[in-house]
Amino acid sequence: MNSLIASNPTVRTTHSVGEEVIRLEDVTVVYRAPSERFNTFKEFAIRWIQGKIRHNTFLALQDVNLTIHKGEVFGIVGQNGAGKSTLLKLIARVLRPTMGRVWVNGRVAPLLELGAGFHPELSGRENVFLNGAMLGFSREEMSKKIDGILEFSELGSFIEAPVRTYSSGMWARLGFAIATDTAPEILILDEILSVGDEAFQRKCQARIQSFRDNGTTILVVSHHMQVIKEMCQRAVWLHHGRVNMVDTPENVIHAYTDEQNR
Amino acid sequence: MILERKLGKSPLIYDSAERKNPALEELTQISRYRHLIFQLTRRDVLTRYKRSFLGIAWTMLNPLGMMIVLTIAFSSIFRFGEVESYPAYVLSGLLAWSFFSQTTTAAMINLVWGGGLLHRIYVPRTSFALAAIATGIVNIILSMVPLVAVMLITGVRITASILFFPVPILLLACFALGVGLLISTFAVYFPDVAEMYQIAVTGWMYLTPVIYPEEILPDQYSFLVTHLNPMYYLVKLFRIPLYYGRLPTFFELMPAIIVALVVLILGWIVFTRKSDEFAYRI
Repeated sequence: MNSLIASNPTVRTTHSVGEEVIRLEDVTVVYRAPSERFNTFKEFAIRWIQGKIRHNTFLALQDVNLTIHKGEVFGIVGQNGAGKSTLLKLIARVLRPTMGRVWVNGRVAPLLELGAGFHPELSGRENVFLNGAMLGFSREEMSKKIDGILEFSELGSFIEAPVRTYSSGMWARLGFAIATDTAPEILILDEILSVGDEAFQRKCQARIQSFRDNGTTILVVSHHMQVIKEMCQRAVWLHHGRVNMVDTPENVIHAYTDEQNR
Repeated sequence: MILERKLGKSPLIYDSAERKNPALEELTQISRYRHLIFQLTRRDVLTRYKRSFLGIAWTMLNPLGMMIVLTIAFSSIFRFGEVESYPAYVLSGLLAWSFFSQTTTAAMINLVWGGGLLHRIYVPRTSFALAAIATGIVNIILSMVPLVAVMLITGVRITASILFFPVPILLLACFALGVGLLISTFAVYFPDVAEMYQIAVTGWMYLTPVIYPEEILPDQYSFLVTHLNPMYYLVKLFRIPLYYGRLPTFFELMPAIIVALVVLILGWIVFTRKSDEFAYRI
């Protein structure tokens, strides 16, 4: 890991280089939307010819600097619209920053919504291969993982049934099993720890623990301060697209809840 | 983006500051994600008819049904007397046309409706269009079975030139991919483009000799409908090794190759230049 990054001349070497897995430098994301919403091309074309299109800009993130190290469990707190999901999209490289730089070392597997890519008509097994391909894995690679996925998801013979017949718990178990069995370097947990029954939640916690032990970096977004406090080593408080604070979860939660209750 | 140059860089490093040519970068990504395109194609082929009784047979029965309707309507009402085996003529045209209209529409719909995925994980954005084209190729190859059957029944001579059929399909695929990427780009910004395209593509079909022979065109429009219409070359090229049972001439092949490649490159460049904005829009 160390040598890989050190040999990359474009990476600025400041401190604890080998440890960094995510770095955001002066990142700003501007959403630019027409000030009125055009639902049809006709409407747009008329306005465009009239020269009456104005754009509103919205700063989703502003001058964000953040460094996250290998093996860290990093919490993200903030109100709705504070830029939490924009931050996750940048790291999952779904969005490119308008300004600044995002640098990520490793495969990112988001658990944003479990099983979001499932096709209801396909069987669980077929969806495992489809989902794996979305994460960049070949059929052969997924074949090696399918036993582990089957075991963790506890689906048994249901794996051959179309996923439209699954309960939401089964759906979630399969999604969790796929995302975690593909062993990403960076795992994104976005409010997912409230699905499934208690036993399954305990299993998820155990698996997340084993991820931490194996040095996976984990990003946790939650409105439940208890989750952040229990899981994370550090946390960031985002406020209107700016980084308000980066500190231990206790301090961040304290400051954040104080602000909320004022 | 992900680097795979042999400079000791990990292929898993993503750096938004490294910005290469998006059109070329997309090609690199597609080769990395080829399994995804295979899986998406498999999904489309499997699910299309999964819950229907006749299953995959619909792929073949659908154009046959259209052929029967059109044959009854046109050969008795309009009397295209000069067309040898009208059923084989119209079926070959319909297969080429429905390949084009279905794959371009699917490329657009997959991206706009399947776009939820684009918010969650990174996948090359052209995957959806490429999978739509690949699904279309599977379907049109399956449809060769009823076409050959109709040719045999109606007494069209089948020659060795039939082996040339992959070339027109490949060129049709290139053209459809280019058009599909262009309209997908528009459809991301304006959802009603999907509706408008359906009307446009229907109109375009009637302006192309698909269900009627090109000889019936009035002389003053003939040039417009044929030489300025890319689909004229492609539909005709598809028919030549099958219905006409010969190999195409140089002047039949070249315009099709040029138009297919130009549109493909144009669509690829426009789409990849805009695709970083898609997650903001869909």
